[in-house]
Amino acid sequence: MSARSIFARPARLAAIAPYLWMVLFFLVPFGFVLKISLSQTAIAQPPYVPLFDLTAGWAAIKAALSELSLDNFKLLVSDSLYISSYLRSIFVAVTSTAILLLIGYPIAYGMARLPQRWQPIAMMLVIVPFWTSFLIRIYAWINILQHDGLLNKMLLALHIVSTPVVWLSTDTAMYIGIVYSYLPFMILPLYATLAKMDGALIEAASDLGASPGRAFWLVTFPLSLPGVGAGALLCFIPIVGEFVIPDLLAGSGSMMIGQTLWLEFFTNKDWPVASAAAVALLLLLIPPLLLYDRLQRRTLRGGG
Amino acid sequence: MTRRVNRISPFNITSLALGLAFLYLPIVILVIYSFNASRLVTVWGGWSLRWYTEFFNDRAMLDAAWMSLRVAAVSATVATLLGTLAAIGLARGERFKGRSLFSGMLYAPLVMPEVISGLSLLLLFVALSAERGFWTVTLAHTTLTMCFVTVVVQSRLASIDRSLEEAAMDLGCDPVRAFLSVTLPLIVPAIVAGWMLAFTLSLDDVVIASFTTGPGSATLPIRIYSEVRLGVKPQINAICTMVIALIAVVIVIASFASKLSSSQGESAAPL
Repeated sequence: MSARSIFARPARLAAIAPYLWMVLFFLVPFGFVLKISLSQTAIAQPPYVPLFDLTAGWAAIKAALSELSLDNFKLLVSDSLYISSYLRSIFVAVTSTAILLLIGYPIAYGMARLPQRWQPIAMMLVIVPFWTSFLIRIYAWINILQHDGLLNKMLLALHIVSTPVVWLSTDTAMYIGIVYSYLPFMILPLYATLAKMDGALIEAASDLGASPGRAFWLVTFPLSLPGVGAGALLCFIPIVGEFVIPDLLAGSGSMMIGQTLWLEFFTNKDWPVASAAAVALLLLLIPPLLLYDRLQRRTLRGGG
Repeated sequence: MTRRVNRISPFNITSLALGLAFLYLPIVILVIYSFNASRLVTVWGGWSLRWYTEFFNDRAMLDAAWMSLRVAAVSATVATLLGTLAAIGLARGERFKGRSLFSGMLYAPLVMPEVISGLSLLLLFVALSAERGFWTVTLAHTTLTMCFVTVVVQSRLASIDRSLEEAAMDLGCDPVRAFLSVTLPLIVPAIVAGWMLAFTLSLDDVVIASFTTGPGSATLPIRIYSEVRLGVKPQINAICTMVIALIAVVIVIASFASKLSSSQGESAAPL
């Protein structure tokens, strides 16, 4: 025990540099987002009225504080464009997470049932696509889903459809892209909890007369809930703010909040409104982020 | 031993096979079509390398690729250094003031939507009046990827038998020497894997790079993205295949490293 506490001091010293780095490049930038979300658009470049000028002293800061305005947030709640993109983001994230769970669970379950020596290989096979470029994987689907792409060719050849189906620029394409991209994030935490499960519990259930299906629902599934929670959060949180997938695969009809933010920033050059959208998105994500953080810590502390 | 109830069923095998096919088929198709001689992406015109030669004659694409490789190499290196230090602090620092803020700051970027990270970093760079380009993208990527390195190295550190360090100290090493001569060699594979992960993540990023780069210094993903928005082009298939090949090489090295690591104990990291 005493050896450990001697160890702790240099370890804490090691953390100083990354600590300062994260404060400067992660925490402080949020302060800027908050500040600019409360300022007003100006014609000048950069397109916002700078708020705090520390060189100008206290009086100036006080004056600046009085100029803070919630106008951008008022715009967010009054304009149906923003409200609908928020609702759509949540809807898309919930739906995709549900589909991911339905597809990912059987795969993770199959992996956990593999003979011990095959399991690391199966895990590697699931991880590899995660390493392969995200953008390239979306692009691969554009290849398949386009008007004269492989999917339509196959459907036509099998006489399932008589005319090519429009896949690109639809919600179906977007869901395929999201599920495809996030599947490893769902499978890995599920697999981690399923692989640790004691097989003797299932045997006990079946000894007591439970059918395999009943044993699954009464024993396996409830015990895998931490993995379900971790996988669902790991998918839900980034999907809410997703930009690339809906931009490339979904139609131009309705946007997700990430797209709205992008549009305000890059096309309309309205930095304050874009910042306000980011703050609102962040507020939406704080509860699931805190939940995820708690799960993550419990897993690290519990040793797996 | 294991009884029938715990054995793998045909249903298990089918779902596993379908799942892996779903994950790999699109990439395989993309790679095959990159060797297609036809200009029409959907018509097979025989095998050809013409889209590869076209890439090597495309000045703008080459510049973007070079920029991306430099950003990825520099940011992965700095991120590995900082991420390893952070992992040591979290895994060996016991309780300290601000620990939960620290781990929160390191875990949040793993799932934070990239539009938020990108926008917030850009606003910082504007406030600092930093000239946007290579360095701003590199700093942004370092910040994001060091969190992944931390997770990988931290889980490796957590799985190491601490009595080894304690034995070294009983034999007269001070903590720093005990760490450098006993623990560090054990976590080198995880550090290598962390660098590889940071490198590929940087090479992949569109959103954060779009926010933090300046005019005239586009990264490869930014260029690919703007081309993809206009539709499928055979040249893009070729570029994507080369990126996949590069990443495949990186994965082979990383898995080799984590194999070395797992021979010492439990497998390195969930990522």
